[in-house]
Amino acid sequence: MKKRKFWFFCLLIIAVSLIVLGLFDGEFKTVWQKASTICLECIGIG
Amino acid sequence: MKADMRKTERKRRLFQILAAFGFNLDFPSLARGEISQAKSKGICVPVLNCYSCPAAIGACPIGALQNALSSLRFNLEAGQKKLGFYVIGSLGLIGLAAGRLPCSWLCPFGLLQELIYKIPLPKIQIPQKATYLRYLVLLSLVILLPLLLVDALGFGAPWFCKWLCPAGTLEAGVLLALLNPGIRSQLGFLFAWKLSILIIFLLWMAVSERPFCRTICPLGTILGFFNRVSVFRMTVNLNNCILCDACQRTCPVNIKIYKNPDSSQCIRCLKCETVCPTSCVAHGWWIKERESDQPETI
Repeated sequence: MKKRKFWFFCLLIIAVSLIVLGLFDGEFKTVWQKASTICLECIGIG
Repeated sequence: MKADMRKTERKRRLFQILAAFGFNLDFPSLARGEISQAKSKGICVPVLNCYSCPAAIGACPIGALQNALSSLRFNLEAGQKKLGFYVIGSLGLIGLAAGRLPCSWLCPFGLLQELIYKIPLPKIQIPQKATYLRYLVLLSLVILLPLLLVDALGFGAPWFCKWLCPAGTLEAGVLLALLNPGIRSQLGFLFAWKLSILIIFLLWMAVSERPFCRTICPLGTILGFFNRVSVFRMTVNLNNCILCDACQRTCPVNIKIYKNPDSSQCIRCLKCETVCPTSCVAHGWWIKERESDQPETI
């Protein structure tokens, strides 16, 4: 259980740091732009 | 015990239905046959719900991950720092909270598979070896090919979405083809290919339990890595276990929970917990537990 908690908190710090870094680099907007445009590959056109 | 199972199953079905609507709430866009422009589409949802579904109000994390990887080379050459950290971090956060719990409680494609499996037909078990295919799909179609095969400008393609994903074909392709004449007129070989894959999976779903989750789904594969550390976890009290295998017989992914409660295949549906004759299987959020509360579990 201690091992589980240790890895959990290590990975949590990494995950939160990555999200914060990504947000500062404008990745939220990048994800939104892609998600709000028709994805031709998803549909099966391009 | 049967009453317990019915109660849990009803609760789970309610969650699945609410989630299917909750992740696809933009009905005006659906009526127009256009993609939703909701601001919430910058957030990665914890399930495989195609963002090109007209009603989708969130981003599919697998689609977002492929797009981040496929434009990585271009971004680096252009001096931009967009390296996909946000998507990778989001996937990590979802996995750390719940592991594969969303697969059985929230995923609309999981719900579809469960409903189709109810069709009374002879059932076929999926061989264990076939379940390793999901690692190959994740590594090749989601990570390596989008990252490495790029055009002259440095852009790759979302290979999984383009060539395989039946969820995208159903939620985006078929729906938009029905609703939008402009899109319908452009359909060709690729759509026919993807539609064939969708039909194969729909037929497979009728005879095998959750074939897509078990053999292909890259999101489930990623979340499965986190089953070992997630806050939500399964436990088995080995002192009470009589090795009757009732858990395996009811398990949609055919695992023996007492061998490894943190199995990367376990989708946390809790069916094993409700059928266990000695009540040795349990679930919980370890953040609430104290060390002294733990029975002898694995």
